[in-house]
Amino acid sequence: MSEEKGKFPDGSGQFSPGMLSGHVFVESSSGDDYLREASVIKNRGGRLVSLWGDAGENGFLYSVFADAEGLRILRTLVRQIPRPSFPSIAFLFPLASRLERTVRDLAGWEPEGLSDFRPWIDHGLWSGPPLAGKALPPKGLPSKEIRGEDYPYVVVRGEGVHEIPVGPVHAGIIEPGHFRFQVVGEKVLRMEERLGYTHKGIRTLIRGRSMQEAFPLISRVSGDSAVAYQWAWAQAVEMATQTVPPDRALWIRSVLLERERIANHLGDLGALGNDAGFGFGLVQFGRLKEDWIRRNQDVFGHRYLMDTLVPGGVSKDLGDAEIRAMLDDVRALKPELLSLKTIYDEHGGLQDRFSETGFLDPMLAGQWGLGGVVGRSSGQMLDLRHDHPVPPYDRERVPVSISRRGDVGARVRVRFQEIRHSLAFIESVLPALPEGPANVPLERCESFREGIGWVEGFRGEILVWARLGPGHTVADAHFHDPSWFLWPTLEMVVPGNLVADFPLINKSFNASYSGHDL
Amino acid sequence: MKSFWVFLGSSLAKMVLVVFLAPLFVGWLNMVRALMANRTPPGLLQPFKDWGKLFTKEIIIPEGSSMLFRWIPRIVFSLLLMSSLLVPMTEPHDDGWVFGDALVLIGILSLVRVLMSLGAMDSGTPFGGIGGRREMMVGFLAEPATILVIFTTYLVSHSTMTFVTADSLQSGSILPTPSLVFGGLSFFLILLGENARMPIDNPATHLELTMIHEAMMLEYTGPSLALMEWASAIKILVYLLMGIGLFFPWGVTGGPGWSGLLPAFGMLAGKLFMAGAILGVFETLVAKLRIFRVPEFMTLAFLLAILGFLSHFVLET
Repeated sequence: MSEEKGKFPDGSGQFSPGMLSGHVFVESSSGDDYLREASVIKNRGGRLVSLWGDAGENGFLYSVFADAEGLRILRTLVRQIPRPSFPSIAFLFPLASRLERTVRDLAGWEPEGLSDFRPWIDHGLWSGPPLAGKALPPKGLPSKEIRGEDYPYVVVRGEGVHEIPVGPVHAGIIEPGHFRFQVVGEKVLRMEERLGYTHKGIRTLIRGRSMQEAFPLISRVSGDSAVAYQWAWAQAVEMATQTVPPDRALWIRSVLLERERIANHLGDLGALGNDAGFGFGLVQFGRLKEDWIRRNQDVFGHRYLMDTLVPGGVSKDLGDAEIRAMLDDVRALKPELLSLKTIYDEHGGLQDRFSETGFLDPMLAGQWGLGGVVGRSSGQMLDLRHDHPVPPYDRERVPVSISRRGDVGARVRVRFQEIRHSLAFIESVLPALPEGPANVPLERCESFREGIGWVEGFRGEILVWARLGPGHTVADAHFHDPSWFLWPTLEMVVPGNLVADFPLINKSFNASYSGHDL
Repeated sequence: MKSFWVFLGSSLAKMVLVVFLAPLFVGWLNMVRALMANRTPPGLLQPFKDWGKLFTKEIIIPEGSSMLFRWIPRIVFSLLLMSSLLVPMTEPHDDGWVFGDALVLIGILSLVRVLMSLGAMDSGTPFGGIGGRREMMVGFLAEPATILVIFTTYLVSHSTMTFVTADSLQSGSILPTPSLVFGGLSFFLILLGENARMPIDNPATHLELTMIHEAMMLEYTGPSLALMEWASAIKILVYLLMGIGLFFPWGVTGGPGWSGLLPAFGMLAGKLFMAGAILGVFETLVAKLRIFRVPEFMTLAFLLAILGFLSHFVLET
């Protein structure tokens, strides 16, 4: 086992100043080393960030953890004999389970010691693991067995217990996901998810593309987090090519990221009201969100800020008139938000629905190291903007919005708080944009180099890993959405609640189907 | 005493009127809800357009369902249409040909509820089961309150015939009394519960797990769905007519004979207009109740009904 701060021993992953720092890259050649390292991290209070397989020539398992100093990126050689396998760390980090099942589905490596033998992202449509070689979906519908209809859900038995399957096609126009409820009367005993219906094979799509060809794909990894993915991608590429983005670009990026957060939180708050039967909320927040994203269109040329952020900078500089318009928006939004918050807070029926519904125990959130809106609503002081700030977050500090109550109401409150903090942040950053260019060309890259990006999106932490080849081609990339951890948490939260409250709890988590099904 | 043929003719006319008035009322209610939400309202005739379109579509029957599922839309529609004959609308009071009182009305409505729940469960889907179950829960809580409200009006007017009650109230022989005020409040809550309105059920939701009434309708398609939705519209109209007859009967009959028909229609339209506005505003202001709070809500209706019943003895005799 070798450990080096800042880069892998072969030189890839070296970072340059002005970017994320404090990361530790650890290379281990055996599974035992990997397990030992993982348990050390666990004992020191580290948390899992992501885990994926790199089915290149050698076959590496990447697992990324975080502690107070930064990321610890473990790269472990996959054992090939007698069959490709790697040790499971799900007994240390329960959230790893689905990620390891996905590695098994995509790369064909066996997670040793994982008790869950069921496939996860593979619904029986592939003839083999797609990342390991060429696996084309068979023509026509597969047989019933491999269509996943016999996916063995855990069944609860007993007097009066029955099962409710929901989805993947829902009554509303939303993304597909299947939920299997075991209920007695109106009370949920157990809920199990089945996801992967929108798997789009993003890694196969991006491999081999040039930087220009990859660019439009990055914004569309998961549409509602377009900026967060673009920034994380830019960080990864900049780390790999050792490009230092100009200050002005970083400041504009932060404005983009906060604009995305505000737009999404506004939408979520409206939807939360609506799911509690309070249509007024949906309409009012919908109006605010619409005004907000129309400004995105005016200033940045895209309602959801896609294709705005390039590795090396931002694709569009801001003029004085645009800055003034955005500042006016901020000032206009503040009082409206305040009055809507008062309405939400003082609506007895709404508060009755929100409070004590979908309680996430802060203890569990802590054990699982859950960040994002959901983690912070259960008392977790985790926010990358605060804990591992990149410029300008190191100068314009964003307070961590936190609540300890852990229910739907807490997640509503944290969203309100975060909008307020983001508005204040934009208000202080915009007038103080540093002068200079808005982007710089990427440094040349003639060998295979890796980089990693880590950004606090509106949902939680987004991690992007990229390996670039000569001439800036994308050799491989991995995208990790916070939804990977939100979905399993939701399964833990729902039991004990009423069936009819599930949509509200689900909405308060707002885990993404698309982000999960990459 | 009317002749049988006059009775038959007026009954048929009334049913035709109800069939067309019900979608209009639902259209108006939806307009109010849209206006309250700052949205451009759909037209008054939107339900006709929606259901007209549904009538041109095919019917898909869930696998394994029985004849019950196929026949229930027609039976439910007919029963509800029949029930409209038991509530006063505009016709002059005549104690000759009336085939039932308010208790019969409640009986028919219970039958409708049972049939709808059966149909939902017959579809074999979990949502049908959930919806049917919840509907029965709301129903069995609402029914005693409804009966108690009827008894209260009986104490005042000495008849369980809604026509007689309406008549004796509007003829001025009795004034609105505390018992009727309590009864009216109770009836408002019952109306919300029985017709799957907010805060008991959200008619606009797409969240299948929270539905009551809509969950029972999920498997109906094409003309069956149109009939079911039309029947629901008739049901809310019947409840409103009953409420108007029992608590706001002034002007139900414009005058003796047929000459009073026109002013009576005017009054009816005005009252339904007001009822739609009140319902629409109320529904916008409240959030949906947690499903376990529904019993509390219906208990409140029962409590108000009891208060009305008792206050008759305490305050009015």
